[in-house]
Amino acid sequence: MVIIGGGGHGLATAHYLAKIHGITRVAVVEKGWIGSGNAGRNTTIIRSNYLLPGNNPFYEWSMKLWEGLEQDLNYNAMVSQRGVLNLYHSDAQRDAYVRRGNAMRMHGVDAELLDAAAVRRMLPFLDFGNARFPIHGGLLQRRGGTARHDAVVWGYARAASERGVDIIQNCEVTGFIREGGRVAGVETTRGSIRAGKVGMAVAGSTSSVARMADLKLPIESHVLQAFVSEAIKPFIPGVVTFGAGHFYLSQSDKGGLVFGGDLDGYNSYAQRGNLPTVEDVCEGGMSLIPAIGRVRLLRSWGGIMDMSMDGSPIIDRTPIDGLYLNAGWCYGGFKATPASGWCFAHLLARDEPHEVARAYRLDRFAAGHLIDEKGVGAQPNLH
Amino acid sequence: MRIQCPYCGERDLSEFAYLGDASFTRPDPATPDASEQFFAQVYLRDNPAGPFEELWYHASGCRSWLRVRRNTRTHEILAVEFAKGGFAGPGQPRAAADS
Repeated sequence: MVIIGGGGHGLATAHYLAKIHGITRVAVVEKGWIGSGNAGRNTTIIRSNYLLPGNNPFYEWSMKLWEGLEQDLNYNAMVSQRGVLNLYHSDAQRDAYVRRGNAMRMHGVDAELLDAAAVRRMLPFLDFGNARFPIHGGLLQRRGGTARHDAVVWGYARAASERGVDIIQNCEVTGFIREGGRVAGVETTRGSIRAGKVGMAVAGSTSSVARMADLKLPIESHVLQAFVSEAIKPFIPGVVTFGAGHFYLSQSDKGGLVFGGDLDGYNSYAQRGNLPTVEDVCEGGMSLIPAIGRVRLLRSWGGIMDMSMDGSPIIDRTPIDGLYLNAGWCYGGFKATPASGWCFAHLLARDEPHEVARAYRLDRFAAGHLIDEKGVGAQPNLH
Repeated sequence: MRIQCPYCGERDLSEFAYLGDASFTRPDPATPDASEQFFAQVYLRDNPAGPFEELWYHASGCRSWLRVRRNTRTHEILAVEFAKGGFAGPGQPRAAADS
């Protein structure tokens, strides 16, 4: 088998193929170096606070894998279950969060509804009395938190490599070997590799790689920016999100505030964004925590998201025999890394979807079985 | 990124709203394969890395719909024209029909 893409998802797939299914004749081909794409550009948040039945069991399986990841890989991925708190700012938003919290608990996921006083005990420096967006409370998942994103890549790569997987860096796929309609391998900048099955896990490059196989997919590539401040003393205990805009914040172990917000909103492969979004993200931060206005921004960067048309991923066969697809992670791919690899490996090894990923079909757009967690319709830049 | 509006001149990105791919043409619902055509128009995307024709709305300016050719690798704006009248493909672009 060949896995295209040496990011978290591709390497996790290789690891579980080798470990769970005993398939070690696997090559992972990566056009840059492992973890050079979105795996090293995200804000490292892990959580499973999803509402919809197609999503929740998948992300909870991912959370369970996170909880055992370091023992499995024998690698310190710095998984830190310091809690993810989503704030609500109106009665209607509280009702929506109650519904989501109940859905989580019915799926066996932890969820707690906090009132304003409970939030104030955790995070006293928030702007509770903000005239436009007063903080009424929050939905807390204590098992959520953060992990060290690069270490996840390195851990999966080392574990897969030790079981015999070949990881080939600086090796870009330039085409597919086609035989009688099926895909029988890949052409790369370093020669051709024949394989019984080829799996794609290439995030923002999904449309470009699929085009080489004459596939047109329900995906647009968009840029998402992220930011880190100078290091400060311990300030934010977990992950906190602003419910009246789009802003999420945590603090790294080095002390930097790591935060982000919305997509820029236009198709992009540039891995950098523009200033209106920077301004919008910082306005969200200032509305939530006025104190961070004194902290200097250290770096910002962009990654290219494979935005699917309903905001949910695809783990499925393609119409072409021998070619398998793992894509559409939008900007939620990091938390999904372990379960994405687990379920993609299951699909590749057994040719059938894993139980928790069976809703992530490629044909759901034609069939009408969309998984629209945010309910915004076929507008990738709004998911 | 700044867009040269044909009416207002060069303006900041924050004045514009984005619709996306300008190749949208409304299929004829009377054709036998209309449902497949509607599926393709609503969900499938070329999503090119490079020059891309797209529709922008000058929301905080003259409120014109614009057809912009932009390089998605570099964000360089290659050409801008009014969506109305500038469109040569079959049918009408969704944005021009709405404006």
